Amino acid sequence: MIKTDAIIIGAGPTGLFAVHQLGIIGLKCEIIDNLDRAGGQCIELYPDKPIYDIPAIPECTGEELTNGLLKQVAPFKANFHFNQRVEEIKQENNSWILKTNKGNIFSAPNVIIAGGVGSFEPRKLALKEAEKFEGSQIFYSVANKKIFQNKKISIFGGGDSALDWALELSKTNQVTLIHRRSEFRGAAHTLSEVKQKEKEGKILIKTPYNLTSIEGDKAMTGIEIKHEDGKLEKIKADYILSFFGLIMKLGPIAEWGLNIDKKTIPVNTETFQTNKEGIFAIGDICTYPGKLKLILSGFHEGALAARACFKRAKPNETYKFEFTTASKNIHDRLGLKK
Amino acid sequence: MPKITYITHDGEKNTVEVLTGLSVMEGALQNNIKGIDADCGGSMACATCHVYVSENWLGKIEKTHDAEQDMLDMAYEPKKNSRLSCQIIVSDDLDGLEVTTPIKQT
Repeated sequence: MIKTDAIIIGAGPTGLFAVHQLGIIGLKCEIIDNLDRAGGQCIELYPDKPIYDIPAIPECTGEELTNGLLKQVAPFKANFHFNQRVEEIKQENNSWILKTNKGNIFSAPNVIIAGGVGSFEPRKLALKEAEKFEGSQIFYSVANKKIFQNKKISIFGGGDSALDWALELSKTNQVTLIHRRSEFRGAAHTLSEVKQKEKEGKILIKTPYNLTSIEGDKAMTGIEIKHEDGKLEKIKADYILSFFGLIMKLGPIAEWGLNIDKKTIPVNTETFQTNKEGIFAIGDICTYPGKLKLILSGFHEGALAARACFKRAKPNETYKFEFTTASKNIHDRLGLKK
Repeated sequence: MPKITYITHDGEKNTVEVLTGLSVMEGALQNNIKGIDADCGGSMACATCHVYVSENWLGKIEKTHDAEQDMLDMAYEPKKNSRLSCQIIVSDDLDGLEVTTPIKQT
């Protein structure tokens, strides 16, 4: 079990700045995120799109913002726990005990939920039958490409993941790439490679087609797809790979006994505490009168929540407000040389 | 004020007034219309405000941009008349617009 002063759920910009705000007042934290890296929506949804409303930074991309924040929190040596989702949370005396889907257990008097709109998960195929074969013949990511050797594979999607895997798997397999429209949005050079493979007969491209049914009882044997003009076509398939990006799901947070209002958590704006003592919510996931879903609002919310964490983490000490420019304590915490 | 009609996948109609200049997505959220999630808040990054625009209105609203089509690839069961409602801005010309929400958004 990992014990700390505060556990932050979500490593997006708001969660990252909360690490900083906890750090400068001398609190330790652990940060947990379901993705494989920091940045949250900034990195998953718009890594290359410019953001224009970060104070004193006229323009930066989601990736640049994330990198800047990571650099800013580096002195505090917070531990990041990626690729895992917090499943359970329970109270034990004055502490909260958190358990992730990887079985890791954390304990802290404070939990800061900076979960954005929830955890990112792959968007699944709409057909009900898809559930039956998920994990055996239908996949939303590739863990082991060896299983596909010499098999018939249908790949759905029009972005880089779909194109990249079509190329990769076409080396050893019969690949059909199916997309709802004729335009692909993946990188131009990948697309031209895919088109080349199509000419060579290594990849069959089917556009504009949508999936209409999955065939097979115990095992999937094939699929039926429908052209925009209504024509149906059957394709034999041993495997389906589907790449329709990520969606955000509130997930287990909804089961923790917190007040929830339309997928957001109401908070007190003095401390950003939820209805549970010691559990705070900041960033897009919190709500209060006048709430703006801006990164800058998340920063402010984290600053206040961090101060509120102090009392529970160090009940016998007095919190004293200090400026980063003048405080020797803060300079020590930042590891500055005298 | 322009009136916008939101129809659920099973045919339930809700007609509400939406301020000119707001998006069809914002009109839905302000009026507690079911079936539009709008997870990303209108930054065209999530495809959970996906709607089907009735055929007779398709020609009257501004055409989609590439980025919107790219995002619609991710939507739940996109069709030819699919749009992201955050990208349809309400104006007097759109008074009477009808949009249908999909069975689900994710």
